[in-house]
Amino acid sequence: MSVLQGIVAWFADPAHWSGADGVPMRLGEHIAYCLLATVLATAIALPLGLILGHTGRGGSLAINVSNAGRAIPTFGIVILAFLVAGSGLLPITVALVLLAIPPILTNTYVAVRGIDHELRDAAEGMGMYGSQVLRQLEVPLAMPLIMAGIRTSAVQVVATATLAAFVSLGGLGRYIFDGLGQQVYAEVAAGAILVAVLALTVEYLLSKLQTAMTARGLRSGQRDDPMAPKTTATPA
Amino acid sequence: MIAAAAVVAQVVDFDWIGRHLDDVRNYTLEHLLLTGLAVGIGFVVAFPIALLVQRYPRLYGPVLGLAGVLFTIPSLALFVGIIPFTGIGIATPLTPLVVYTLLILVRNTVEGLRSVPSDVVEAAEAMGYSRRRRLLRVELPLATPVIIAGLRIATVSTIGLVTITVLIGWGGVGRFFLDGFARRFATPLLLGIALSVLLSLVADAGLLALQRLATPWARGRR
Amino acid sequence: MITFDHVTKRFDDGTVGVDDLTLDVPEGEVVVLVGPSGCGKTTTMRMVNRMIQPTGGTLTVDGQDVMTVSPPQLRRRIGYVIQQVGLFPHRTIADNIATVPELVGWDKARTRERVKTLMATVGLPDSVANRYPHQLSGGQRQRVGVARALAVDPPIMLMDEPFGAVDPIVRALLQDEFLRLQSEVRKTIVFVTHDIDEAIRMGDRIAILSQGGKLEQYDDPERLLADPANEFVADFLGAERGLKRLALIPVSEVSAEPGPVVFPDDDRAHAAEVARSYGTDWVVVVDEQRRLRGWVSLHELDGRIADANLRQFALSVESTDSLRAALNAMVTSRTGVAVRLSEGGLYEGIITQELVSKEIR
Repeated sequence: MSVLQGIVAWFADPAHWSGADGVPMRLGEHIAYCLLATVLATAIALPLGLILGHTGRGGSLAINVSNAGRAIPTFGIVILAFLVAGSGLLPITVALVLLAIPPILTNTYVAVRGIDHELRDAAEGMGMYGSQVLRQLEVPLAMPLIMAGIRTSAVQVVATATLAAFVSLGGLGRYIFDGLGQQVYAEVAAGAILVAVLALTVEYLLSKLQTAMTARGLRSGQRDDPMAPKTTATPA
Repeated sequence: MIAAAAVVAQVVDFDWIGRHLDDVRNYTLEHLLLTGLAVGIGFVVAFPIALLVQRYPRLYGPVLGLAGVLFTIPSLALFVGIIPFTGIGIATPLTPLVVYTLLILVRNTVEGLRSVPSDVVEAAEAMGYSRRRRLLRVELPLATPVIIAGLRIATVSTIGLVTITVLIGWGGVGRFFLDGFARRFATPLLLGIALSVLLSLVADAGLLALQRLATPWARGRR
Repeated sequence: MITFDHVTKRFDDGTVGVDDLTLDVPEGEVVVLVGPSGCGKTTTMRMVNRMIQPTGGTLTVDGQDVMTVSPPQLRRRIGYVIQQVGLFPHRTIADNIATVPELVGWDKARTRERVKTLMATVGLPDSVANRYPHQLSGGQRQRVGVARALAVDPPIMLMDEPFGAVDPIVRALLQDEFLRLQSEVRKTIVFVTHDIDEAIRMGDRIAILSQGGKLEQYDDPERLLADPANEFVADFLGAERGLKRLALIPVSEVSAEPGPVVFPDDDRAHAAEVARSYGTDWVVVVDEQRRLRGWVSLHELDGRIADANLRQFALSVESTDSLRAALNAMVTSRTGVAVRLSEGGLYEGIITQELVSKEIR
């Protein structure tokens, strides 16, 4: 039986589509880990990035955190969190949140700082308070880049959440690690395909959301393509 | 700082590290080998692709779009997914590593070439530079900072990714992770993390120095 | 309306942006701050709405010390137009104009009505209301900027090189429209420019500033040109100061000479006599209703004037034209004089170079 046939057979087996180890369950677990981590990371990084960007302080922190984030080996952090906090949702969530913060923080800061000086000047000149400048000008204009940062983070989190299975949690990583352990390559490949498809789906859906959340006046014309992220994602 | 140092002294078993210096050397060399090969092959392949995209701008959208999609695929999925095709030789860790560096390098090299101010290119053209000469003498030198920036990102990312290949029997300093996990022992784990970060920092600083050496005109600006 | 009383701005790094400035901007007038770059003109303007905080002296707006009002409250009463316009790219033109009404809490209907009126006032077609800024031309964006600043009808406007970013033809058009608009709304305006010609054109009064915010002279344009206070001012006004001044003086300020006038029925001898009495070798020909027919040189005159080949004056001036226009008419005519006509095109006399130079001497 060829590798390809093995994979097809794995997906065709109804036993893989129900129960605690079925695809729907594992997919649900995987999505749950990712959603929790991405939401928490956004809740931390977004306000921080907005404040740093609005006040213009802590710029080097906001920029360097993303460079440093790239250098830190995620797999090591997942294991470290496991050793420190034991098994359960907490260590993997902490690791994923730490991983997801840098792109959101950096993009938010860069986006707010990058707003043309004269727009802020005009807003203040018309008598806007700081909070009004933030709400009415900075957030809408920064939104495309902020969403790009969240997208980058979410895709990395989807990839890294695979490692949750390594520290005895569920998710799609289960197929990869169980398959590796039992030398069942069809299962390994099936897990890999499922994770890749989920990552591409998340990427696609969030890019749609990004377009939808970009103010109409920014979508075309002379401005730079808002879809083009200004910071580089890290493979995960 | 002092508190942190105290914690490290408490947690880290320095005797163990002393007894495993051979591993440190071997794993580091393996790490450097995988990283060097991945970035080297990636660069050799990426460069002509980038020149092609620059020559035929119609390729820009499709090439960068495809790169974006491939980039989204999780590394672990790629590493384990190709095992049936590549076996357990060095091709298994190397292929995905090359793919990722390729994506980063193509994008940065293309962006670097595109970032050369059009007035400069036009001036070179007006003075009678041939296309080839213009590329070698004007566009490439001016694109160097962005190209090297791509190399830096690719190198640092690859150093991180190499640690994941421990799951398919390779790993460089990532091998310490598995050791630490298997024995619930923090010392090798922390050592692995520290070595990985250190490698990243040294490689990044080295490439930055190379960039400054290669672009004397950009020094002291800003 | 706006009073600078020994106002000083010293920046954190110790440089002095504005030095001990005392200046009064009267209600309903356009005061232009002009000077070379680094003269502190923008700093001076931006202290009025506290975009920059004064560090010494007292700056009052409408009798109220600006330092006693919160900046946002102060700024909502003062229109603000900058060179780059600063339109919000994510808001439609109508929403951009409605920014300040929204800030001060106008209801929707009132705001909508006001936006409509303002767009008409600044000459924007209704069709752009729902467009976005990047879909407009540079000139249109400037108009939106002015409309936005006028939104809540503030008594004071601050304008920083408002027409600096558009091409010369559009700029001249916008300047004309601005002057027309100002003659209706009579705002108190502080206008910053580095272009002395724009200053002369727009200003009721001009303040010339030099490096470090030192006030060199504060006068109306004509007095400034006629009597520069010092060498700096004279240099800044430029070598063509006389010509610039002529542009400000209407033809009606000088009394035209009757000139060597003949009628079609006159003969050569009469024409020669008239010409001699004026020291010319040509005569102006008008008909019985004093309509201008042209002029003729004595050398080309044989018999009756009516039979002569008359030449036309390429240019003529009316009483509301400037002496600069008259001078232009002189140098383009072989006669060396400008003819002055009434509004109905009737001959009123000639203006000579002697008359003009007597006026500005």
